[in-house]
Amino acid sequence: MKVSFGVRVLSMLSALTPGLAFAEWNLNFTPASTLLGAEIQAVHDLVMWIIVVISIVVFGAMFWSILKHRKSVGHKAANFHENTTIEIIWTVIPIVILVAMAFPATRLLLATRDSSASDITIKATGYQWRWGYEYLDEGVKFYSTLATPRSQIDGVTEKTSTYLLEVDNPVVVPVGKKIRILTTANDVIHSWAVPGLAVKQDAIPGFIRDIAFKAETVGTYRGQCSELCGKEHGFMPIVVEVVSEEDYQSWIQAKLTVAGAPSFDPNKSYSVTELVAAGEQVYNANCVACHQAGGVGMPPTFPAIKGGKIATGSIQGHLDIILNGSAKNPMMAAWGPILSDMDLAAVIAYQRNGINSTGDFLQPADIAAARSE
Amino acid sequence: MEAAHDHNHDHHEPTGIMRYVTTTNHKDIGSMYLWFSFMMFLVGGVMALVIRAELFQPGLQVVEPEFFNQMTTLHGLIMVFGAIMPAFVGFANWQIPMMIGAPDMAFPRMNNWSFWLLPPAGILLMGSLLAPGGAGGVGWTMYAPLTIQQGMGMDMMIFAIHILGMSSIMGSINIITTILNMRAPGMTMMKMPLFVWTWLITAYLLVASMPVLAGAVTMTLTDRHFGTHFFNAAGGGDPVLYQHIFWFFGHPEVYIIAIPAFGVISEVIPTFSRKPLFGYASMVYATGSIAILSFLVWAHHMYTVGMPVEAQLYYMFATMLIAIPTGVKVFNWVATMWKGSMSFETPMLFAQGFLFLFTIGGFTGIVLAVTPIDIQLHDTYYVVAHFHYVMVAGALFAAFAGVYYWLPKWIGKMYDERLGKIHFWLSLTFFNVTFFVQHFLGLAGMPRRIPDYALQFADWNMVSSIGAFGFGLSQVFFLYVLLKAIRSGEKAPEMPWEGATTLEWTHLPTPAPYHSFETPPDLRS
Amino acid sequence: MKAANLDNQNKTLLRKLVVVALVMFAFGYAMVPLYKKICEVTGVYDLIKPDEIVNTQIDKSRTVVMEFDANTRSQVGWELVPVEVRMNVHPGELVHATFRLTNPTDTIFDAQAIPSYGPQHAAQYVKKLECFCFTQQKINAHETRDFSVVFVIDPSLPIDVGTVTLSYTMFEIEGTRSTVDSTVEVGFRAFKS
Repeated sequence: MKVSFGVRVLSMLSALTPGLAFAEWNLNFTPASTLLGAEIQAVHDLVMWIIVVISIVVFGAMFWSILKHRKSVGHKAANFHENTTIEIIWTVIPIVILVAMAFPATRLLLATRDSSASDITIKATGYQWRWGYEYLDEGVKFYSTLATPRSQIDGVTEKTSTYLLEVDNPVVVPVGKKIRILTTANDVIHSWAVPGLAVKQDAIPGFIRDIAFKAETVGTYRGQCSELCGKEHGFMPIVVEVVSEEDYQSWIQAKLTVAGAPSFDPNKSYSVTELVAAGEQVYNANCVACHQAGGVGMPPTFPAIKGGKIATGSIQGHLDIILNGSAKNPMMAAWGPILSDMDLAAVIAYQRNGINSTGDFLQPADIAAARSE
Repeated sequence: MEAAHDHNHDHHEPTGIMRYVTTTNHKDIGSMYLWFSFMMFLVGGVMALVIRAELFQPGLQVVEPEFFNQMTTLHGLIMVFGAIMPAFVGFANWQIPMMIGAPDMAFPRMNNWSFWLLPPAGILLMGSLLAPGGAGGVGWTMYAPLTIQQGMGMDMMIFAIHILGMSSIMGSINIITTILNMRAPGMTMMKMPLFVWTWLITAYLLVASMPVLAGAVTMTLTDRHFGTHFFNAAGGGDPVLYQHIFWFFGHPEVYIIAIPAFGVISEVIPTFSRKPLFGYASMVYATGSIAILSFLVWAHHMYTVGMPVEAQLYYMFATMLIAIPTGVKVFNWVATMWKGSMSFETPMLFAQGFLFLFTIGGFTGIVLAVTPIDIQLHDTYYVVAHFHYVMVAGALFAAFAGVYYWLPKWIGKMYDERLGKIHFWLSLTFFNVTFFVQHFLGLAGMPRRIPDYALQFADWNMVSSIGAFGFGLSQVFFLYVLLKAIRSGEKAPEMPWEGATTLEWTHLPTPAPYHSFETPPDLRS
Repeated sequence: MKAANLDNQNKTLLRKLVVVALVMFAFGYAMVPLYKKICEVTGVYDLIKPDEIVNTQIDKSRTVVMEFDANTRSQVGWELVPVEVRMNVHPGELVHATFRLTNPTDTIFDAQAIPSYGPQHAAQYVKKLECFCFTQQKINAHETRDFSVVFVIDPSLPIDVGTVTLSYTMFEIEGTRSTVDSTVEVGFRAFKS
């Protein structure tokens, strides 16, 4: 579409606004990297052209009549108010158009039902508010959390080009292979959607659903959770990196090695300074959205950590609520399955000694002991 | 229940505020409905502006995400249940008795109750913001199991919906009974003005669909507090079931909002074209078929939950089918204008705005009817744009047309024509600035109900926010136009509109007396 | 028209419309069993009873990939995993799959598994003869148990279906929890307001 004068003025203005430096003035779909996506977009464009033609006819008649059949130009009203022939004609013509449209639409719909064998199956589990992925065959498992720092969201630091569309651990898949995504959810309904791959599938707690795609080109595809899932719904993006087969294999190998050896020494005794420093990172990645920077919280749903009953009370109770979630407040999730022993020990140390100053802390080994209790 | 004309003897009627609390007069109740809906419209509008202010730029500047979700939820609920529906019930109260030659509504006292249920419901809805944890941040669709996690605000919203539903059902029963039983002699069904027909059909839709919503929210309530597991997989339920029940109500609801708007437009266009409505009978049949079809397409709102391809095909075809009766209506309106002698006073301008923009909303409806395209656009701003074209440019513009059209009859004074036209052009411009660009955002993949967004969406969001504030201010201007007309409007002539043919214009003085048609007019000829 | 007569007509209509509204309210609730029935007919909801096998002809010419998956909904750290993740099976063949539950904690509880299928329409073709999802399971503290499911893929499975996933989500039943060591008190929070 030709860029109008107004749009140009606006984009000049936007150049002056730092937040708009990446403005794109998109008018249509993000180009899809899958054949099916390209087909969907082609049918969409076809439907749009049909609509353009219909609107020229309908609006043409409407505006012609507005211009010519007005009292101010001296037009006298006719008195017809019925004509069965014309009514039949304008009922039949839309039917014909719709039937003509139904053919490509049906063909497209049947093409989306593709249950043939897939090469790789990945389970995507929606959590409040992150995605968990599991490569069923390879046994690779990881969580994928928003990587955009809070400071960018709050406007303290400048936003980068992948603002809100970046994660710590992206999904990596090989190009040209059929990837099947099984979706499910841990708490509420989420939706796994990546426009560039033309996929969108709700993730429903208690049930699995499946959707497949085959990316034709190497690249990074970004999407977002597309079903309202609570407070941080806008902050759980999906990033899929489509890579060559070799790169995929080495990525899998690397993931398996990491999974085999924890990045911390489970039996080491860490100093409180080490734990607090590590814990601050964990806190900013996982806790800050609700409990806020400095642990001030948003009472009553998200209680304060600073001076809070739990973070200054018994350390066993503190560990219990982080490990198992809150019995009273459903918004407090159980972090046991998500964070490592080291992360838990660190975040507890940070909450007790960084935000508060209780002086006590736990070692990763204590967490491991509590888990098997 | 006392008979409709028992209260002729008005020498004991209270005055002041008590007049409105105790009134059983359809005109008083109609006015209260209209003012109530206008106030709720402004409240819902302010919430929309909070949303648009937050979305003006990427990043979180104005509100927290939780409050943002509460705003989208309450904006939806208030606009649908508090503003648009009561506005058209207000029109029904004022107009239906006058248009069919009845002295009042069939059940005047129930009419009073149906109105006075609304303010408590409105207070509960808004009061939920003050509950611990705030209102439910679940979207107006209130999907389980997100609703299970919410605080007390959610329960307040559920009760508000119960009350609003009760009010709607009572109002509908009243309307159906009035139309079927109280027409003047000679006012046969196929002679009724189209506005009356559309309301008859709408009232049936309401009686059939509101109780289903009441069921859905009651199940949510018992799941929350009384250990039932309707929507919880762990107890043998299914969260998807909620969506089926909700949309079984939700799709007819869309037409509950749109059909009375069709009725208003079908009165305004012939009047200002000075030509009878084209294809009256086919308009009635088209409206009826839209109503029936509306019960058969609900799952097209939920393709992404996953459903068998056979079901997807069925819902796709059924949805496409709706385009046919809707098309017939648009063609009939254009044919009514064709070779007429049109003049463009404010009501007609709004009717033309309706016709143009509602048709665009219909077109995007056809795009969304194609299942694979819908899945791409589901829960994006494309859908937001689509339903605002239908609800704002459709229902709201029709309500404006109706207010300007009937205001002289209601208050006996004229609005300022120049100001009315300014209101129209401001609304039209800013509406499109706000919502047309949202199509682009949706196509680019921006999800709805997010408080912050990626940088590639920044440009159109800024445009949309500017438009929204312009649109909001235009409605404050509308309030000024209204107050000016009420306080110092010129006296309306007996027949302000040359082409009006319905009973309220031909058989009653302007302004309409407090009690009209106490002896029904004889229309047999 | 007589006023009293009209009054009666109005009241009759009022009663009829109230009945319609009540019927529709009931219909909302009727959608619950209706939905369940539809799910049973299509095989999506088959929690409690074994399926009947109509056709036991083994179709050696066709191989379907069976994938197994398990999800656990609990906060206490027990886990259900499939022992085999992937199997090649012939339609009509009796298939035996095992899921392993590991409970490293002191908690005793009842659990229920809910089966789910991908693609969804494959549900009606996975004929389960025996399944741990048919009953609630009592899980002991520090227990590792293998659960089995025995099923047959109906040979009438549409030819385009190449992979079928059988997934279980296992829930702890609310209010059945107890602990061996009563000093540890752990609250249950899922789906509880």
